[in-house]
Amino acid sequence: MALPHSPMPEIARPRPSPEQLLKQVEAEERHSARGKLKIFLGYASGVGKSFRMLDEGRRRKMRGQDVVVAATQRAASPEVETVLRSLEVIPPPAGAAGPAIDVEAVLRRHPEVVLIDGLAYHNPPGSKNPERWQDVDELLSAGISVITSINLQFIKERQQQVEAIRGKTVKESVPEAFIRTADEIELVDAAPEYCAAHSLEGGQQSVLNADQLQRQLSELREIALVLAADVVDHQLEEYLRRQGIQQAYGAHERVLVCVTPRSNAELMIRRGRRQADRFHGELYVVYVQQDDLKPEDQRVLEHNLSCAVEQNAPVEVLHAEDPIAAILQFAADHGITQIFVGHSQQSGWMNRWKPNPVERLIMEGDGIDIRIFPHTESQ
Amino acid sequence: MTPANQSTNEQVKAKGKLRILLGYAAGVGKTYKMLEEAQQLKREGRDVVVGYFEPHGRKDTIAKLEGLELIPRRRIEYRGHSFEEMDTDAILGRHPEVCAVDEFPHTNIPGSERAKRWEDVALLLDAGIDVLTTMNIQHLESLNDQMREITGVQVRETIPDWVVKQADEVILVDLPPGALLNRLQRGVIYGTDKAERALANFFKEPTLAALREMALRQTAHEIDIRHDEQGVNPSPERILIHITESPATAAVIRRGKRVADYLKAECFAVGVLPSPNPAQLERHLDFARKLRIETRVLESEDPAEALFDFARRNGVTQIFLAKPSKRSIPFLGKRPLVMDIVRLAKDRQITVVAERKHA
Repeated sequence: MALPHSPMPEIARPRPSPEQLLKQVEAEERHSARGKLKIFLGYASGVGKSFRMLDEGRRRKMRGQDVVVAATQRAASPEVETVLRSLEVIPPPAGAAGPAIDVEAVLRRHPEVVLIDGLAYHNPPGSKNPERWQDVDELLSAGISVITSINLQFIKERQQQVEAIRGKTVKESVPEAFIRTADEIELVDAAPEYCAAHSLEGGQQSVLNADQLQRQLSELREIALVLAADVVDHQLEEYLRRQGIQQAYGAHERVLVCVTPRSNAELMIRRGRRQADRFHGELYVVYVQQDDLKPEDQRVLEHNLSCAVEQNAPVEVLHAEDPIAAILQFAADHGITQIFVGHSQQSGWMNRWKPNPVERLIMEGDGIDIRIFPHTESQ
Repeated sequence: MTPANQSTNEQVKAKGKLRILLGYAAGVGKTYKMLEEAQQLKREGRDVVVGYFEPHGRKDTIAKLEGLELIPRRRIEYRGHSFEEMDTDAILGRHPEVCAVDEFPHTNIPGSERAKRWEDVALLLDAGIDVLTTMNIQHLESLNDQMREITGVQVRETIPDWVVKQADEVILVDLPPGALLNRLQRGVIYGTDKAERALANFFKEPTLAALREMALRQTAHEIDIRHDEQGVNPSPERILIHITESPATAAVIRRGKRVADYLKAECFAVGVLPSPNPAQLERHLDFARKLRIETRVLESEDPAEALFDFARRNGVTQIFLAKPSKRSIPFLGKRPLVMDIVRLAKDRQITVVAERKHA
């Protein structure tokens, strides 16, 4: 890549409010005491997570960090075996009835970094915690950094989606909220053909031809990429909050639909949903409170807002003297990249020189696309 | 596919397959990954050569080259200096099964047969050679304005989206920004003096995080468009991009095309003459054509009416326009055309594309 040479201006830092400062301090505290969690996320087995994870352990050890391995997975490849031989391994507790980590031994040994291959395991009966991710949480609380790996199919909130694609259920799971607490998540991507062979294990898969399998794996890849993007987006917001920076990057498309009783809200919300989905983005709906609505307008408005709920969009009612300023403030707070608004009905030569609300949105909405919907279009 | 079809297809020489390794910054490990894949393919018994690779002085990467056949570069003289480019003819002559080519968006030195490396790659693919290549997300044409907004840098070396779309597979090379910054500080990516400067500018954690997010989402989209042909209904939307002589037009073309691609909507670019600067308008139309957008030129003294008329006759549902610059709003005098179009749009949707500048 060509390195850009022109200097980049400093990011503007507006003076933070007391609430922002408090949030910042809290976020910093949360950030420093615990060990760091790094997760290698793959979309299927065979993408090479274990090797990447252990190789990182090896490199960190070479750089002088105190690294141990507390869990490995069966059927390791020769490359994985080679890396494992160069690292200290804490064996599972003696007599464990299934795969487990010796949490007490790791706490006693207290390394800087512990490698745990496979985050999604039920611990065998008699273990301290029912789930392995809870063991990891405990190690993090003790100030030990953890590097671990997980497959998409083990993330609880994604399981239904993955099962619908694969027609196969798994019992173990880790809550997505825990995945999102990771300081770093690294996506391990690979062409589907690399893991096709591995995915063929298990009886149900044999009915698939190569095309179907390729398709399944592609769908899983897409979900994993979007999940990783969402986590990165969340981390970026956290980072900016910690630093007290107010800045939107627009890497994540966020659509804001502004409804009124007069707007063609149903179409606007439908289009908003589609736009957000196609961009793997998010949809928001706002209504700026108007006093003295006629009963029929009130009914239309309620119908419009129910459309938003149907399309799974959060609805917010804004109260403001200046509706445009309120919408733009909402947009800035939520990192909106596109605003959908109804056509302004003010017209005639008297209004020709005075900016109407839509024109104000266009001129004042910095960095935001404004999409204007006519009132009568019926698509 | 019927067996009859299959046999005719076999007679036609198959095109090579293109795989792009996509990253979000220098140093995430694209070249390393490319060579690693080349080694893997060689172990599997495929005939692999390296057509071009950029060592950047990185030890680990150079080590990955061991045992791979490297096609020597070609020397080209330009303005008294000697430059090295990929030797496409030599690769075609050698005709391997697979060729690794670093830096897909590279611009060749003037005097080369082709202006862009992706055009050289197209020749290799046409000859039936599979190509493994690398690029960063910043170079994607439709993201150019957003990239400037995020990084403060205008990337000049861009690659049209349709070229990337022709790849059989786009694979993400991921690395968290923290790890990338560590590498940079240890001098793995550039020499240490160069690293200082890069750190101060481009390589800031939030900038990198935003670029990484874009690369992740773009890769997801690339999968989506390759495996979604039957799934998504054809879009009910048709997009018209209004072409003028205004400098903001390039951003409207990129954004309009990007939205059309994501929605799987048809897209036209339309300019209206007379224009105060017809040459500039023509350059914008030409830019649209390079992005494979169908273009039209209308002639009318009433541009707003001409656009709406075209939109109605062609079933356009949405018109993309540039935001008027703040200076162009006078208290009295000529209103910007955009605002007239917006006011007249009683039966079409209008999207006014934001000016995306670095904060």
